[in-house]
Amino acid sequence: MEVKFGHGTKHSGNCNKFVLRRYLSIYLKGLLGAFLFSLLPVVCQAKNLSVGKGFMYRTIREALEQSDTGDSVIVNSGFYSEGALVIDKRIFLRGIGLPVLDGESKIAVITVHASGTHISGFKIQNSGFSDIREIAGIRLDEAHACVIENNYFYNNYFAVYLANSSYCRIQNNRIEGFARTETSSGNGIHLWKGEYNTILNNHISGHRDGIYFEFVKESSIIGNLSEKNLRYGLHFMFSDDDVYKYNVFRENGSGVAVMYTRNVLMENNRFEDNWGSASFGLLLKDISNSIIRNNLFSKNTTGLYIEGSNNTIVRHNEFRRNGWAVRILGDCYEDTLTENNFMANTFDVATNATRNMNYIHRNYWDQYTGYDLDKDKTGDIPFHPVSFYSKLTEESPHTLMMLHSFFVDLLNQTERVVPTITPEAFKDVAPQMKPFIYD
Amino acid sequence: MVLAYTLLLFLLCSGLFYLGSDYSSTLVSLLHVILLIVPLICIMFGTIHFYNSREFIEMLLAQPVDRNSIYFGEYLGLAGSLVMALFIGLGIPILLWQPTEAALYLLVVGLMLTFIFSALAFLTSVRSVDKAKGIGSALLLWFYFAVLFDGVVLLILHYYSDYPLEELVLVLTSLNPIDIGRVLILLKLDTSALMGYTGALYQKFFGTGFGQVFSMSVLLIWIVIPLFRARKIFSKKDL
Repeated sequence: MEVKFGHGTKHSGNCNKFVLRRYLSIYLKGLLGAFLFSLLPVVCQAKNLSVGKGFMYRTIREALEQSDTGDSVIVNSGFYSEGALVIDKRIFLRGIGLPVLDGESKIAVITVHASGTHISGFKIQNSGFSDIREIAGIRLDEAHACVIENNYFYNNYFAVYLANSSYCRIQNNRIEGFARTETSSGNGIHLWKGEYNTILNNHISGHRDGIYFEFVKESSIIGNLSEKNLRYGLHFMFSDDDVYKYNVFRENGSGVAVMYTRNVLMENNRFEDNWGSASFGLLLKDISNSIIRNNLFSKNTTGLYIEGSNNTIVRHNEFRRNGWAVRILGDCYEDTLTENNFMANTFDVATNATRNMNYIHRNYWDQYTGYDLDKDKTGDIPFHPVSFYSKLTEESPHTLMMLHSFFVDLLNQTERVVPTITPEAFKDVAPQMKPFIYD
Repeated sequence: MVLAYTLLLFLLCSGLFYLGSDYSSTLVSLLHVILLIVPLICIMFGTIHFYNSREFIEMLLAQPVDRNSIYFGEYLGLAGSLVMALFIGLGIPILLWQPTEAALYLLVVGLMLTFIFSALAFLTSVRSVDKAKGIGSALLLWFYFAVLFDGVVLLILHYYSDYPLEELVLVLTSLNPIDIGRVLILLKLDTSALMGYTGALYQKFFGTGFGQVFSMSVLLIWIVIPLFRARKIFSKKDL
């Protein structure tokens, strides 16, 4: 910025004084800033401690002992098996070239007690296994605002375990487990108690539960892929006010379970290929005031299973090629099922209820056979999504083998004309003629 | 007649593919076509054909030709042309639109059903000299296999739902070629539903190599028994 003095007009005096004053203030501020900046090394004195062959420290343990709060411990590639490492001050622990931390199937690899710790770039493998304690690759114990990113967890009991930790971020990790039985395996990312945590872009497979949340509030799970886990892709309990979106849950033993929770937002997730006698895309148990929208449920034995839930909105989802798209039990009330697409499911809705206390409205059902005379894109006669046959298979499961039999279709049609055993109140009074197109 | 059948299948099939939004629901509609129309046309056409060519067969029998070769010639001529119709009418659209595993199963099941119901047609026609009676019983037979049987099975399964029914279901399905065909395709199509509850059991059975061989052999038995039973009557019959 260039300032010109002495432009000869009669107002120039005033003007100059003003400009001068402003300049002085900027100058003084700058001076103060420079002074503070020069103080920075004195205040922080952050060191870099390099670990590895031919570096200052041979072991991570040694470097950790020598480090102070705020230092970076930089670990170069190599194989490190140093027993259980404990971090009790704020450290940036960084791996270069994916150094391997091995737990020899005996110990917890890293335990963190200090808030603000940052761990990235390691391959953490073979943590111990215990029936009593929950041993993990990385365990945060009451450590807040920590970041765990870009690590590769391989064959751990629990991979990442957060106990009573908040404001943490776990991102871009690849977590691979080899769980064989539910009792002998741990979870990929396990959070117990905490708030404002973020689980972002991780890929988890082969654990008991991919992601486990218990008493975790105000947290978000975004962009993760959780697949081929033994039990649930995501297991979620007593965790109010959470958000999970853009995740893919695929081929997990029983899909995703969300239980005993209020105010959850689930959007843009994909629930795919969860097959099995007790499998579902998403199970809701005792959920209230939640929103489920823009999700895709594809090829699950049961797409969405709702039990004991109320005031939950299911909107703009697509149910495609599921065995049962939605199974809604009789203890649900005031849930809303609207503007969803039901396509190519074997059964659209199954229920054990005789009364309907939920709103089913304005969905697209590909099994709807009604007409639209007034051309308002809404079918003129209501659709009963609970078919006779779906009811029959509830009562005697073996009749499932008569699926697509002409006789069964005949019964279904007759039932639609004269409902006898299907709940008459279970209906969509405004079924759509064309599927919704979501972006 | 066979041409009309070909055209019917072709139009139905390509129409369904053209209009269907999701391929698996299209295949379900096609499944209905195969399980209802193919047996009906085969058994009706077979019976009518047999009665119409009665004079011709009598004439042939007057020649020094073996009864067996006349009989099998007639059968292969009939079933062969129907199979051709099926392949053109159904095979071409399937290959064009959806050459998936389930669709190919559909074709195979259609093929087997053609052979089976042609054989059943011959059985009904050699049993009675009266044309009206023959056609009537053919129609009844179709109605029994396509509709009634399933109703009875459904009733049994529902009534005895508290008992372990796995074997019974297998036996019952084996008693109806249409049901075997249906189950075979079902396992390819509605896998997600069938993985639940009891379905997994049947998936385990029919999904394995043994189950496939088993169901195919049952279908073969369904061709052989009526075919040879009819031949026995035909060869001894005083025409």
